[in-house]
Amino acid sequence: MHPPDVTLLTTAQMAHFAARGFLRFDAVVPEAVNRAFLEQVGDVPESEVDSVMAHYGKVMRSAAVPVVAAGTALDDAYGQGTPLRALVDLPVVRGAIESLVGPGSRLDHHFLHITFPPRFYLRREQVPKAQHWHQDSTIDPRRAFDIQLLYFPHAVTAAMGGTRFLPGSHLRIVSEAAIARYQNIRGQQHVVCPAGTLLIVHHGIWHGGGMNVSEQLRYMFKIRLAPSRRQERLWDTSDLPATREPQRPIFWTGSRTDENSIAAVLTRPEPWFEADTMRLEYINRARFWRQLSADPHFDADYWLTRIENEPA
Amino acid sequence: MTGLTMRQQVLLLYLAHSALDAAVVAWSFWDGTGKRETMAGDSDEPPYGSGLEALRDGWRLFQVSPLLPHAAGDEFRTGYLKYEFLFEKWIEVDHASS
Repeated sequence: MHPPDVTLLTTAQMAHFAARGFLRFDAVVPEAVNRAFLEQVGDVPESEVDSVMAHYGKVMRSAAVPVVAAGTALDDAYGQGTPLRALVDLPVVRGAIESLVGPGSRLDHHFLHITFPPRFYLRREQVPKAQHWHQDSTIDPRRAFDIQLLYFPHAVTAAMGGTRFLPGSHLRIVSEAAIARYQNIRGQQHVVCPAGTLLIVHHGIWHGGGMNVSEQLRYMFKIRLAPSRRQERLWDTSDLPATREPQRPIFWTGSRTDENSIAAVLTRPEPWFEADTMRLEYINRARFWRQLSADPHFDADYWLTRIENEPA
Repeated sequence: MTGLTMRQQVLLLYLAHSALDAAVVAWSFWDGTGKRETMAGDSDEPPYGSGLEALRDGWRLFQVSPLLPHAAGDEFRTGYLKYEFLFEKWIEVDHASS
């Protein structure tokens, strides 16, 4: 049983996460929590900041972001009454966490990313640039997955260079910054959002920080969480059909009307998908859904059934 | 010291399949003349619709990613963008300003 103040994800949200690797919650964090967080980290007008190192040092020395050992239970990571505890205890946030990595998740690490306006780099004769595309951590071929919470405590404008990410990239196995050669990818998204927005991403999502050309510092607090239990049917499955969706007609589809079915969500392409690997993405998404739903026979548009058909 | 010299511009196009007339799904550009700085995320629309369009605009193709067999047991793993086409242009620049 979950306590009543946990709002678990729906099946539709889980299918979206399985297909695209992220969920976005605009302005989900109350303004009072956003203000308290920014006050505690010592947010000040840009004109009062001396340098990148000095500001980071000041924030690091403050107690706003606790120093937490890797592997600490999320419930032990943030003190009661702190803005970060309030953030992870919001019913919709706690519900999303528990739906994806379960109760009892563990903190891998957290970090306050601060993106500074160009003058901080130019005066050190550095060229301000956006962060290259990368996948966090290292090559990670697990079936289990971690999530990352990206918390934007203030409104982010386009000029501030909000986090850039690539929907649907989470199931690709690459090695961290090896993808830095790519500058732009069709369908890339740049976070522009109201204060208190939370982006929850699969650990494999390709992303990078944008260049901040505004005159304000940009803050983004990231929390990486790992599961401590099998990630099966952890969301609110009351809307999951009791019997598996029947296979749909494929290729010759007539006038299809089931755009919200799980199969439809899992076989929706991203603008950057290649013609052939698009089908591998569908296969990998269907396998991911088998894992999440604990249904070893699930399929989307026959992609798995076809290649598993080996009559005795 | 002044005079004319040559600098390379490099255009990387990632296409939807292995034919040069396939649609562009990702792209990068680096300018050896120093006249233009580029970076990740600086454009949401590709400079060309296909590799062929770039060819017809004067870009010289100098490398294409090979088609590799799929390792047994690893046929369905996806990773890096698969269809990489590397183009170049050589630009004459004033040596004093290069």
